[in-house]
Formats: sequence, structure tokens, C-alpha cells
Amino acid sequence: MAFRIIVLAKQVPDTRNVGEDAMKSDGTVNRAALPAIYNPEDLNALEQALQIKDRILDTEIIIITMGPPRAADIIRESMYRDADRGYLITDKRFAGADTLATSYVISKAIEKIGNYDLIISGRQAIDGDTAQVGPQTAEKLNLPQITYAEEIITCEKGKIKVKRRLERGIEIVESTLPALVTVHGSADPCRPKNSKLFMKYKHAKTQTELQTIDDDYINQTIKNKSYLHIDELSLDDLDCDPEKIGLLGSPTKVKKIDNVVLQGKDSKVIADKDADIKHLMNDLIKNHTLG
Amino acid sequence: MNNICVYCEIEEGKVSDVSLELISKAVKLAGELKCEVEAVAIGSGLNNIEQQISPYGANIIHSVDDKRLYPYTTLPHSAVFENIIRENKPQIVLVGATSVGRDLAPRIASSLKCGLTADCTDLVIGDYTDPKSGHEYKNLLYQIRPAFGGNIIATIVNPETKPQMATVREGVMKKEHAAKNFKSTVNIIDPSEILDKVDFAVKIIERHIEQRKVNLTGSQIIVAGGFGVGSKEGFELLNELAKVVGGEVGASRAAVDAGYSEHARQIGQTGVTVRPKLYIACGISGAIQHRAGMDGSAQIISINTDPEAPINSIADVAIIGDLHSVIPKMIKYYKEQSK
Repeated sequence: MAFRIIVLAKQVPDTRNVGEDAMKSDGTVNRAALPAIYNPEDLNALEQALQIKDRILDTEIIIITMGPPRAADIIRESMYRDADRGYLITDKRFAGADTLATSYVISKAIEKIGNYDLIISGRQAIDGDTAQVGPQTAEKLNLPQITYAEEIITCEKGKIKVKRRLERGIEIVESTLPALVTVHGSADPCRPKNSKLFMKYKHAKTQTELQTIDDDYINQTIKNKSYLHIDELSLDDLDCDPEKIGLLGSPTKVKKIDNVVLQGKDSKVIADKDADIKHLMNDLIKNHTLG
Repeated sequence: MNNICVYCEIEEGKVSDVSLELISKAVKLAGELKCEVEAVAIGSGLNNIEQQISPYGANIIHSVDDKRLYPYTTLPHSAVFENIIRENKPQIVLVGATSVGRDLAPRIASSLKCGLTADCTDLVIGDYTDPKSGHEYKNLLYQIRPAFGGNIIATIVNPETKPQMATVREGVMKKEHAAKNFKSTVNIIDPSEILDKVDFAVKIIERHIEQRKVNLTGSQIIVAGGFGVGSKEGFELLNELAKVVGGEVGASRAAVDAGYSEHARQIGQTGVTVRPKLYIACGISGAIQHRAGMDGSAQIISINTDPEAPINSIADVAIIGDLHSVIPKMIKYYKEQSK
């Protein structure tokens, strides 16, 4: 019997390279204006799934990502590393969701896929740093959760053993399966893309992407090969209560966004010179800051 | 009146600092809202929990003592805590942003279908008008946090759903004693009925929790290093300066992510918040998340090769230069003049 792992991965704006048009007037993020990357801890999560696939024959890894059409990149990136297939949850009506509305939609997609043994995600995404979607998805699916995982030590049908990395130590826990595990950044880094898999999957496309390909030959080739299909899920495909999705389904509202303004203290600027530093240290000793 | 509820994290019978800090903050917010503060202690062997919590001014302590509730595991704690929230209907729930709190709070927020904001750096009471409906809400909790890689500060509100939930990192709020001889009312809750129904799916097999080696919050002098330190070896120089002046070494997230320093030393929004007498920032550019964790320092000295580094604008003294050259001079002249 196959062992099915669902990995939740997110395409995130690279928050280290933020331009001025990064925020929209309603206070949500204008993702289109930013370089997009695979959320780092989701890569750690994918690696844990791949390590299980190395050990358990007949393991299937399914990626779920939610976002705009270009988030299909995340699924391709995962396939290049040996994930089997993926679903892109994409619909303008899902936009503006906070973690509660997001986890609701993701849990509905997971229910639709069904028959899973294990769900793995990164602990948190670098654009929000909330670490909430994992536990909230687990709650919606009524599954046990293991957060802050550093290593999945053993995993078999119905049972998992995980090492957790906490602030001041470690815990080794066992759980029944299915369960949801969130992976900490201290876990093994993800393996690189495999060149054979890259060649195999580089034409994997969603329906939406297929429509933009003019070349009939390529179009037909992709259509005929089911492993090149990335499934798209919209609101119409999921059994969602429209009141629980998007901005409407999000209890948290952004009241306001302030740009970061430095209060501008009157700093004393000194150079890296012996006399200046000698003077500074003398001041600090005299006013009893030091010593 | 609906109260403010604080979840108390308890390790080996001791209530953690972050929980006591949150009780202190809750007492202040409760003063504005004219409500009370309820502390929730869930664990095993909680005999002296009242002595630990009541000095900080929680009006009510819900004490839930059961062998099955220590150490913390998600499902039993969330079942018990959720039950207390459903029965007492607090308007605000505060939880420490620790590996426990960040495991527990989202699970509960999901079940209660309420809003939750992680890692707040400030909590303020204020009004809110919905921009679409024009509906006005009085006395909401403003949950303030840097967002989006620290490029902005967001104020979040939960107008429609209760409770309003937030997590806060250790050291962000100040731990303060309430009036002398303050007495809490203790409400003992028998959890057996709830726990009998709980799924104990996750079992702890091994647990190694170390005593805290690094005491950043208690240190009056902090020498902190950023990405500009350049290497693990570079931190040796900071260690030396800290040793000489009797301080503790801290680090920015960038330095921790780069492996130059350990996570326990991380200062900032996702690390600890410190307020020392003197903060020496070495090779730290000063992103908002870092400044959120140290801008309450009495004096700040920055050492940076970049005169435009944001850290310089909040520093009392900005030394423009390479830390590898500046720090040895500081050590030398401190030693020379402190005799």
C-alpha cells in the first residue's frame, strides 16, 4: 500500500529585496512586485519527505501550494527534486486571506486529495513569520501536530518518531499517523535539483499555463503526458463556505501600515582613531556605564 | 465585563518570564478596559503557582493540575485551555511566542475561529472604524508588529471575532509587581472529564531541556554582532570585549542564520528583547526587527563601516570603522583606563 505524503509549500516574496511598490493601498502585499522564492523552511520540509521516499518504497509526494498562477514554479521546483505531482490552489477569491482563511482552504484541498499518511510543511514562511498555518491546518483536519521538527527519525504506516528542536533543548516524540509535522530550519537542507528530473518535468504546466503556449506540438505533447500536468484547484473545485475564505473569512484586519521611520537621535559620530576611542572608553568608565 | 486571559507557560514548576511579563501588560490593559486579568496555569504539581503569579496582579488564577498535563503536549493543553476560554469568554487572550505558545495559540485560534497575531511588539487599546461598512468598534486590541521583512509596521485588529489573540516574545513587555500583598483568587479546575476525551496521540519519549546558559535579559551590558562580523571566529573578538567589560554576547538574526552565533543569543523581534545599560552593536545594520529588540537600551554604541547604516540613527555614539580594528582598541583603552 502506497505511503502518501502531502507537502505544503509556499512561494514567498524575497523580503530581503523589497521595493517601494511592495504594499497595496488596502495593506496587503503586492506580490507581483517582488522576486519570488521557495520559502526556505518549506524546502527543509520537502527534504524530510524525500528522505522518507528514499526509505519507504512506493512513497508518493504531493505538493500543495496556494497563490497566484506563477506559484506553479514551486511545484516544478519540487518535481525537479523528486516530488511526484502537485496542486496549485489559485483563485482571486482566495486573495487577502489571513492564516485562518488560508488554513481553511488548504484543509479543504487536503480533504479532496485524501488518503494521506502524513502532511509536512515548513514551520513558518519568511513573509509573515507567523508559524500559524501548519497548526491551524492540523486543527481543521482534526490531526495531531508536531511542530519544530528537526528530523523525522522513523516513519512507517501509522506511526512516526520525530526529533523536535525547542528553544532550550530537544524532545523526541512519537505520534500516530496521519499527523501534520512542521519542519524547523535547523533540519537537513534540501537536496539540489536533479538534472534528469529537470529534463523530465521542465514542461510540466498548469491548465492556465498551457493556454499561453502557442506551439501546437508542445501543447499536444504536454497534454498527452499526464505526469506533466499540474492540477489547479479553484473555489469551484473545493467544498468551501464562501464566507470563510479570502478577506471576508479573515478575522484579522490590517488597520494601518506605517513605514518605518527612524527617530533620528543626535548621534555622536566618531572615527576609528586611537584618540577618539580612548576618549569614548574613558567617558563610559567615568559615567559608570562600564566598570 | 469580559476579561484578559494569559496562558502561563510552566517548566519544572516555574512560570516562565514571558508569561509574567504578559500578566503585567494585561494588568495595564485591564486598567484601561476596566476588566480583570485571568491567568491560566496548566501542568502538574502546581502547589506554589499562586505565590509565583499573584505578585504580578492577576485577579484570577485558573489552576489545572494533572499528571497528564506535564510536560506540555498540544492536544491536552489546547483542549483544557480552549475549554477555559469558552467558559470565561475573555475579550483578549495573550500567549508567549515560545515554541510552546506558537504551537498552542494557532491551534486554539483555529478551533475558536478567531484572529491571532504572532510576535507583537506592542499592544494598545483603541477604536477602529471599518473602512467599508463605516461600523465603529470601541476598545479593540491593536496588535502591532513589524511585518514583511521589517519594511513596515502593521497594526492589526480583530473587530468581529472574540477573543482577540496575540503572541508576544520574551522581554518585549516589562515584568512589574502589582500592589503589595496583592491576592489572586485561585480557581481549581478538575480536567479529568476533558482529558478523558482527549486524544493523547503524541507521546514524549525523550526530553532534554537545558538550563538557560545565556542570560541576555538580565545583562546590563550587551555586545551584539551582526552579519558584518563575518564569521564564527569574528565573534571571538566580541566574546573578548564582553568578557573584559562584564557583558553578554548577543547576535542579530542575520548572524544566527549565517551560523556565526547560536539561536539562544538572538536579539530582535524573533529573538529576545533587551534593555541593557549599554548596547554595543558590532557590524549590525539595524533592520527594524533587530531594533525592536534593543531600542529600549539606555545607551547604544554602533560600530559599522557604513555611515548610512540605520543602526547609526538610533545610536548615541556611532563609530565609523571596521569592528576588527575598533574592538581591539576598545579593549586596550578600557583595560588601560579602568585600573
